[in-house]
Amino acid sequence: MLVGHQPKEFLLAVSGLTVSFDGFKAVNDLSFYVEENEIRVIIGPNGAGKTTVLDLICGKTKATSGSIQFRGKELTKMRENEIVQTGVGRKFQTPSVFEDLTVFENLEISFPRGRTVFGSLTFQRDQQVKDRVEEVAEMIFLKDKLNTFAAELSHGQKQWLEIGMLLIQDPDLLMLDEPVAGMSVSERAKTAELLNRIIKNRSVLVIEHDMKFVEDIAHKVTVLHQGQILSEGTMEKVKNDPKVVEVYLGH
Amino acid sequence: MIINSRFFNRSELMGFIALAAVLFVILPLTLDVFRLNLVAKYLTYAFVALGLVLCWGYGGILSLGQGVFFGLGGYCMAMFLKLEASSVENTKIQSTPGIPDFMDWNQITSLPLFWQPFHSLTFTILAIILVPGLFALIIGTAMFKRRVGGTYFAIITQAVAAILTILIVGQQGYTGGINGMTDLRTLKGWDIRPDHAKVILYFVEVVLLFACIGIAQFIRLTKLGRILVAMREQEDRVRFSGYSVANFKIFAFCMAAIFAAIGGAMFALNVGFMSPSFVGIVPSIEMVIYTAVGGRMSIFGAIWGAILVNFAKTSLSESFPQLWLFGLGALFIAVVLAFPNGLSGLWADYVQPRIDRLFASRKSKAGWKDNSVADGAPAE
Repeated sequence: MLVGHQPKEFLLAVSGLTVSFDGFKAVNDLSFYVEENEIRVIIGPNGAGKTTVLDLICGKTKATSGSIQFRGKELTKMRENEIVQTGVGRKFQTPSVFEDLTVFENLEISFPRGRTVFGSLTFQRDQQVKDRVEEVAEMIFLKDKLNTFAAELSHGQKQWLEIGMLLIQDPDLLMLDEPVAGMSVSERAKTAELLNRIIKNRSVLVIEHDMKFVEDIAHKVTVLHQGQILSEGTMEKVKNDPKVVEVYLGH
Repeated sequence: MIINSRFFNRSELMGFIALAAVLFVILPLTLDVFRLNLVAKYLTYAFVALGLVLCWGYGGILSLGQGVFFGLGGYCMAMFLKLEASSVENTKIQSTPGIPDFMDWNQITSLPLFWQPFHSLTFTILAIILVPGLFALIIGTAMFKRRVGGTYFAIITQAVAAILTILIVGQQGYTGGINGMTDLRTLKGWDIRPDHAKVILYFVEVVLLFACIGIAQFIRLTKLGRILVAMREQEDRVRFSGYSVANFKIFAFCMAAIFAAIGGAMFALNVGFMSPSFVGIVPSIEMVIYTAVGGRMSIFGAIWGAILVNFAKTSLSESFPQLWLFGLGALFIAVVLAFPNGLSGLWADYVQPRIDRLFASRKSKAGWKDNSVADGAPAE
């Protein structure tokens, strides 16, 4: 198998990834590699397959063919919760938090302990959990809202809460689907600041349309078009690529 | 442990005390044995409702087949009682003495193999828990691992209820058929039919009910309880927080099945018979209605729902037998349209605030958390 041939420094190696929905290839023979501590942004026009790529990596959608290796482990054969336990965290496009639970409880559920049925029955809310929840709540600007029900948070605060839930998981690869969509200008700035703080010591895969935001955070940009890579490289390189300008940035 | 001074918050504690006072003191003192036995019958449905609170209210898994588990528990108990009632001495007029009467009527000449272990009370008690538990485990695994949920799951549980009824009715020689198992007499030689036995059985049932309330409340307060709520809202988020959603659904479904089975077993003891009319589609839907009327998010609400709806059923059926089903239907529509959180929701919205104000003005210090789920905060 390919395992032995992968260069060790890649955290995530996607190769020959294809998924077809009734013959339509949403992702077509896609290959890309993410290094440790790299921030990779995926951009591209609507329907390019960006969200599908994240769905494939986190196991929400099953690949038709191809391989996704994370630290040498094949993700395409694993269940969603196993992939999470391997160290891949995923934030959805629309904020998905538990509205009937408080901010504290939302964060606590993501704390990586007691994830089995029995484990969750015997789970103790000890000092370690409380400290970690408070630490993360402070990072996501929700320290004074720990006892607030998530339903009462603003759209931006819900997005932060979901990011916080991922932080508590402490994944090695963090995948964010449009983290600043629908946010106000000030929320956007705060989110950029937040992301810049949390990306330390982990790799991040971001889908984003906001070019200003992309320029701020990206180490490397991958442009997707019709399920395939159109261009890849630094923001500077991608911006000046005539193909990219034609299909995406030009209008 | 999680069991600390906040095992019940203040309004829950009031609900607990009120229920305990009514069931342990007020009803036994005021009702005659016949009416008390009727309450015992209503309370068997309270077990089912309690299970539905966990499974449906918290976990969002609507099962329209709880009659299956109620029936399995009830039949396990009834089989033991029937065997004891069918001693050689009691059945010497039969062509094969020593087997249940309905078997004799169906030309069965020896006790079937699967009936043999029900000579043992220990085995029977284990079977009451394990048979429905394992059956729920199998159905749950088959459905939830394949991500079957929502309406589809509800329809499949309905189908299971229909299948089990047909099976019981069809296998008359083994199950007593449409008549069920009647003429149950003694439990380990202790006659369950006289008045004093009915009173004792009533108290045994209430104690068991409170034990089950304790278990349900414990589950609710653990992280598992919060995961059930989380799962109901955002199944994917739970999955991508590293949990196997299917396993948690299976657990909730199995707990609901076991509670229902305990109710069924108590039904066989208190009412003195068991028949397929408590297994099928209609009783299963009625059980969901009790829970909905009482409040599917509230342990105590659902129990009151089971008691009150059954009380209404008895009263109404006594005077207008043909009206009951219409009444039940209307009640269900009213709950869905007008008060989705049932009686407990009405209580929390209209009665509880007044009580709180009363307390607040007396103590001249407000600031109690009255919401039942607000207990998640760390002590500051």
